[in-house]
This record gives sequence, structure tokens and C-alpha cells, in this order.
Amino acid sequence: MNDQLQLKDLDKVVIRFSGDSGDGMQLTGNQFTSSAAHHGNDVVTLPDFPAEIRAPAGTIAGISGFQLQFGNQRVNTPGDFPDVLIAMNPASLRANIKDLRPAGFAIVDLDAFDERGIKKAGYADGVNPLDPEHTLGKKVIAAPITSQTMAALESLDMPKKDKERCKNFFTLGVLYFLYDTSPDLTLNWINVKFAKKPLVAEANTKALHEGMIYARNSGLFQSQYRVGSAKLRPGTYKSLTGNEATGLGLVAAAERAGLKLFLGSYPITPATTILEEVAAHKDFDVKALQMEDEIAGICCAIGAAWAGNLAATNTSGPGIALKGEAMGLAMILELPLVIVNVQRGGPSTGLPTKTEQSDLMQAMYGRNGESPIPVIAAKSPAHCFDMAIEASRLALKYMTPVILLTDGYLGNGAEAFRIPDVNELPDLTVKFRTNPEGYQSYARDPKTNARQWVKPGTPGLANRIGGLEKDKLTGAVSHDPENHDHMVRARREKVEGIANDIADLEIIGDQKGGDILIIGWGSTYGAINNKVNRYRAAGKSVSQAHFTHIFPFPKNTLEVLKKFKKIVVAEMNLGQLNSLLRAEYAIDTIPLTKIQGKPFTEDEIEVVVDKLL
Amino acid sequence: MNAESQFTKKDFVPTGEVKWCAGCGDFSILAQVQKVLSETGKSPESFAFISGIGCSSRFPYYMNCYGLHGIHGRALAIATGAKVANPALEVWVAMGDGDGLAIGGNHFVHAVRRNVGIKGILMDNRIYGLTKGQFSPTSFRGQKTKTAPMGTVEDPLDPISLSLSLGGTFVARTQDRDPKHMAEIFRRAHEHEGFAMMQVLQNCVIFNDGAFDDWCTKGKEEHTIKLVHGEKMIFGMENEKCIIRQGFSPKVALVAEVDANNIVIHDEFAADPGLAGFLAQLNGTHGLPMAYGIFRQIKAPAYEAEYRRQNDEAVAKKGPGNLQKLLNSGETWTVS
Ligand code: SF4
Repeated sequence: MNDQLQLKDLDKVVIRFSGDSGDGMQLTGNQFTSSAAHHGNDVVTLPDFPAEIRAPAGTIAGISGFQLQFGNQRVNTPGDFPDVLIAMNPASLRANIKDLRPAGFAIVDLDAFDERGIKKAGYADGVNPLDPEHTLGKKVIAAPITSQTMAALESLDMPKKDKERCKNFFTLGVLYFLYDTSPDLTLNWINVKFAKKPLVAEANTKALHEGMIYARNSGLFQSQYRVGSAKLRPGTYKSLTGNEATGLGLVAAAERAGLKLFLGSYPITPATTILEEVAAHKDFDVKALQMEDEIAGICCAIGAAWAGNLAATNTSGPGIALKGEAMGLAMILELPLVIVNVQRGGPSTGLPTKTEQSDLMQAMYGRNGESPIPVIAAKSPAHCFDMAIEASRLALKYMTPVILLTDGYLGNGAEAFRIPDVNELPDLTVKFRTNPEGYQSYARDPKTNARQWVKPGTPGLANRIGGLEKDKLTGAVSHDPENHDHMVRARREKVEGIANDIADLEIIGDQKGGDILIIGWGSTYGAINNKVNRYRAAGKSVSQAHFTHIFPFPKNTLEVLKKFKKIVVAEMNLGQLNSLLRAEYAIDTIPLTKIQGKPFTEDEIEVVVDKLL
Repeated sequence: MNAESQFTKKDFVPTGEVKWCAGCGDFSILAQVQKVLSETGKSPESFAFISGIGCSSRFPYYMNCYGLHGIHGRALAIATGAKVANPALEVWVAMGDGDGLAIGGNHFVHAVRRNVGIKGILMDNRIYGLTKGQFSPTSFRGQKTKTAPMGTVEDPLDPISLSLSLGGTFVARTQDRDPKHMAEIFRRAHEHEGFAMMQVLQNCVIFNDGAFDDWCTKGKEEHTIKLVHGEKMIFGMENEKCIIRQGFSPKVALVAEVDANNIVIHDEFAADPGLAGFLAQLNGTHGLPMAYGIFRQIKAPAYEAEYRRQNDEAVAKKGPGNLQKLLNSGETWTVS
């Protein structure tokens, strides 16, 4: 009975949901996330989609996962290793048990552990996956989730299969009870979602309640846990994935620029949800074109940029490879264009559903000729919103394509997004040239080195631009050697000048310098930050500096680097930022690389950094 | 057409020299485009000329309009973006047979299929000019070029049939040596709302001179037929030949020998694409004449107009987008 349950306070908890792709694990995870967020916890999530859409049920290939970390402080990441593993079948247990923290526990659906299920998971004949030998001695709580759900719904007149599907709400009920979290949000959601199917709504509601009661009364659980609310900056929050944030950031940037948004795109994992997000906002008169291929995606965006829209294209690494020639065109036309690369595991088709940061060199150099394009990177899911606006700001102000790098981990992962006051977002107002007097299409603004933007259709300003080298003022085709030399340098100078217009590289830690500086870029921010905080709490001189602007680097970069005895560059590739830093500043650095399609864990940072301390 | 256009052809001619080879068929195409557009009453700035790469793709530089000289094969994709972003622009694309049908074949297929409001001039010389004489997708089987010294072993692509199979709403063929006919086709394309596909047989004097002589020079009446809406399909030096049906194929017969009722009558506006598909076989092969004119023109909503309609609908339903409202929507919570 419940009075035997101890109530324990925890700072943070990592839960991993794992089941068949048809088991509703994403939904269950998202529901728990929303409820925890409402409860006041900081939450970061990461889904882990199987590579196949519907691999054979019950097999390891068919597992769909969802991990979240919630806590009473900034959690920064979805967590390295789960404290709690929810395994809806033997395959899920088998695939995940090694990740479970030794002090943690797994909850499994005992009903799925029949002969067939065990065999599908690939265990040898006669093996009991719940034997300590196979659970690696970790604690496994075996609850008959399916049969308990069926029993709870016995009185309802609905097909057996439909009843079975309610088991994820039963599981959710168990967790709501265990973590002392209100189920109200989910109950509301059920009522709205199944408004037209009252029986389904009733069944799910009942399953959720019965799950809570079961957790209290079954005797399987000894403790109930409480995670206090986090001290987040006051404001109104919502949970956003990085791709949703990127899409919304583009919509916001267009609004702030007074332009129409145009997104030219082609479906590719894990970037497609940006196109889906933008396409959902036709009330903003956005144009979100799904084109016939990656090249058409960027080319139609170039046409729209020429016509006066805030234009963007989004893709992943293989798409960038295809867009390379057109990126060069946008660069030499000097038209604003935002190019989003949601990086995934490469090379070639690589690991489409996994994350990686291995397209940095591609972004820097993956075009023919001298083709400088600014490169910036988002560091967390919510930060994608800010960086989409920043990419737009730079593109519009400097009349240049800009590459925004995110990755699968950011794109699919979600965290709390503090909803900004729209009026406080950067003002991106654009001035088109309309005065024909003395117009020269490649004359540059003395401050930004940008040429002027003329909308086709404007009287008196008809001009022709193209991918051929052009005269430095008139824009007419020019094969003159000196002029070419001038233009190549002018284009680079323009982009390098952006360094004067971006924030300094910030030191998190010893402002005056110290023993070790861990450098990162993009999505590794959270993992590095957690580890650095831990070192600092232990009195170690370990600091962090994280790049959001990579080309050009912030102006104070060398100054920051010189303050530290040792510089570790951590990234999910074989050392690409590391090479750029060494080339630019001729300094000694220590690469910390990982390339497994998964984000860094704190332990992996520790292995390298401990040795340097 | 506007009878009292305030513009003359000169207004459409920019300063700067045209750099095609002397005698190139492109000159006469350019002259007719400039002439026809000057008669529309629209200012040169209302037109956007977009191209890819190739001899024909220099076209935008030779029009005193807005121009974008893009990359090889991609003109139609660029043009699609420009047209959707600003439907008020009249967008023309100049492309070659290699540019439009080989490297740009995918975009050609989808631009025609989508019925984007673009006037596409396919300047078809059946050869690569700018790279100096390699065979193209419209070269004849057996054509000898530098990259096929013993002749090609592939059949040509017929852009008319291709466009018709894609549901093309304006599909026409003309040729550089018939300025009047070209002008008529350009005029009709200017007035067309969706994608206007115009194949212009164009003589490359340097690398494929005379490729179209059968159909363009003295005696051409024997081998060509003009498609005129509502008229019987009769051709020949003495108008002695005609086209009749034989199964699904056209057949040449002597007017004197057939029942007049059996002579095919052209209907440009037939809703059913059957007739146009049938006439597309008149491409100068299999003993059939080469047909010029508009194979098919039908009214259908242009892509950009459909896109506009949906956005208007969304605004009508939800009201014009409000960013703060959008950001505040969904499940939110407050931290104080
Ligand atoms: S190479 Fe042929 S197509 Fe090109 S400009 Fe010369 S004649 Fe014209």
C-alpha cells in the first residue's frame, strides 16, 4: 500500500522509453515531457527513430526510442544514460539494458516476454531475458502492463486490439504516479485529440488512471520521487524541437524584415520537418515549395531572392553536396539566402537518422572557386530559432548566402523555448534600391561592402546579373584579370567583415584564463557545459568557449585561446573545427572526437580531459 | 497585344555587343522576341529573362530587361522561384537542347507538369555549341560529333511529345528562319497563362549547319506543314498533300485521292490531348512532314496562381498571420 512508499527528492532524472515503432513511444515521451515542463522542470528530449519506417515488429531494428531528462535546474541535454528504462518488449530491453545506470531500474511489460517475443528479440532458445545474467544484474521491474490494461478496460465494448493500444497510457500513468506529476495535461490532451471518438478517449483515460493506481498498489515500487521545479528565467515557455524552432525563426525573420518568406526544399532526413513547419503557416503568405530535387530547391530560392523575398533552402549533408554549384551562384550573384544544413551521419547516405557534425568543412569549402559563405551554428534546439534569425540578418545585411548548421540531435530534440516578445526580436528591415540615378549593380556599401538589392520590375533599374565574373561596378561580364582578382578579394573581404558585427567569443569559466579550455560548436554545447560545470564545482580550472559563428570567427578568438594552457576541441567528427582553428591561428590544440551518430557523454569528455588536469 | 504600345523594339535592345557567331539562328530569335515584347505595351522592366548555360543562355544579356544568367540546366527552377515570389513579373526562359533537356531535363519535366507561368524558349540546334560540338539529346541517331566519331547510338528526345505527355498547356514548334511565324508563336505565348513550351529549330552555323535545311530552305513546302487552328491539314508545293488517319498514326495522302472529310482538321484548343499527341508524330521522321505551329493550347490554372489562391484561403480562414500569436500558440507554461 502507498504508506509503504518512501518519498525521495531528486535533482534530475533521465527516462528512456523504448518499444516497437507502433507502440506510441514518441507520443508517450512527449506527453511526459509536457507534463514535467508544466510541473516546472527543465526538460530536454531526444527521439531515436529506427532507420526503417516499420521494421518487423518485435525486432531490434524496429525499436523506436525517446529519451528525456528533467530536473530542478538547467539540464542542457537529454542525458547520457537513463535512470529509468521503459521497455515495452524483449527487443527493447535487450538493446538498451547496457545503457541503464547501475543504480537505475527498468520497467518491462511482462506480457510481451512470451516465447515469440523473446525469439524475435534474438535471444537463444530457452533464455529468460529477465535472468540477472541478461539484465547485467540491473534491477528490472516486470509488470504485466498489457494484461493489466486489458483488465482495466474489460467493461468497454471495443475490439481487443484497440484496448491493447491503450497500454502506453497505462505506462504513462505508472510514471506520473512514480514522479508525482499531475496527469491533467495528458487527460486534457486525450479529450481534445479523441473528441470525435469518445470511446477511445474513455479507454485511454481509464488506462492512465489505472496505471497510477497500479503503481501505488501493486507493491512493485518502493519509492515515489519528486523533482522540484527549475529556476528558469521568468516568462512563458513552450517545448520546441530544433527543426520547429528553425522554421519559426525563418517565419519570424521574414516578419521582422517586412518580406515574404520563401523556402525552396526537397524532403530529406532529418531536415524535412523544417519544410513541414514553414508550410503550415500559409496565413503568413509564406511560399514553401517542395521541388523536384535538391538543386531545384535551392535554385527556386535563388529566383525568389532575386525577386525580393527572404529566401531559404533546407537540407542535410547529401543535399548540400547537390546544391554546391547553386550555392556558388548565390554567392557570386550576392543575393541573400539562408541555407540550413541539419547534419546527419555521413559520408554518402551514411546514417540518416543519426547525428554528426561532419559537414563543417563542406560548408566552408565545398564549392568550386573561391566561394566564401558565412557559416554559423545553433547550440541547442531552442537556439535554432535565434540562429535562423541571425542567418537571415547576415544574409540580408551583407547580401550573401549564409549557411546555418544544425544537426539531427538538435533538429529532433526538444527543449523549453522562452517565447520572446516579437518587438524585441532584431529589426531586419530591408531597403530596396528604387532610385535609378547613378545605379551600378555591383557598387558596394562602404560600411558593409554589400551591393544593393533591386527588385526586378522596378522602373529604370533593369540590369543583368549572372554567374560569370563581372565588372566591379557595372556588373557587366568581365574577363579582365585585375578585375577578377579584385572581385575575388572583395567577396572575401565582405564576408570577413562580418566579424565586426557579431558577438565576441564568450568564456564560460575563468575569464582571465586557466588550465583547460574546452571548445565546441553546435549541438555539443549542452554536454560540454554539464561537464565543465562539474569540473568547476570540483574546483578544477576547466572553462568552456562555444562557437556559434565559425566563418568568420569572432574577432577576439585568438585572445581567448591564448589565455589557456591547454585547448581541447570537442566535436562529433574527426577534428574539423580543430583544423580550422589551427590553420587560422597556428596554435596547438587537442582534438576530442567522436563519431558514432550519438552526442557526447560526459564520461567521454572526462576520459580526455582528466588526463590533462 | 497593345496596338499603341509606347515602346519600340529599341527599348528592348541593351547597349553592348551580341556575341553569337555571325549567321547564328539565335539572332533572328532575339530580334523577334524584342519586337513582339515591344508591341505588348509593357515596359522592358516588367520582363525577367532567366537562363542557364550555353550559347542560347546568353539571351538575358541581350534583352534590356531584368536578367539572370544562372547555372547549367537550372533556369526553369530559378524561374519558378521568381515567378512564385512575384507573379506580376513576366518570366521568360531561354534554354538550349542540352541545357533544357539533358542536364536540366528534370526541371523541364516538372516546370511543364506544374504549369508554372513561364514562357520557355527551347532553342534547339541539336548540338552543344558552347562546348564546341558534342551531340545533344535531340541529335539524330547516327549523328557524327566529336564525342560520337562513329555516330550516336541513341534516339533523340522529342520535346513536343514529352511536353504533351506532361499535360503541357501550350506546346508549340517554330523555326529561326520564319520570323513571322516565330513572332506569332511568341505573341501567343505572351498571352498564355501557364507554361508555354516553344521549341525553336535553330541553326548552329558552326557545329551543326544545315541540320534543319529540309524544313527551312527551298523546297521546304514538301516536308513541312503549318498547324492552323480549324483548318484542314494540307501541304506540299501545290497543296496537293494532306494528312489522314491510319490507326493511331498520321499518314500522308494525296488530296485528290481521299475523301475531303477524311483530312485531319487541326484543333489547337481540344481539351482532350489525343489529337495533339497524334500530331506530335509529325516531326520529320518516318516519311512524315515536320509540323510547325501550336500543337495544343488549353486553359488551366497556373501554378503560381494556385499557390496564391491557397495562401489567400489560409488568410481568409485564419486572418493574416500574427507572429506573436503564432509563437504563443500550442501548449505553453509560465515561469514566474
Ligand atoms: S556555336 Fe552555334 S549556336 Fe553557338 S553561337 Fe555559334 S552558331 Fe550559334
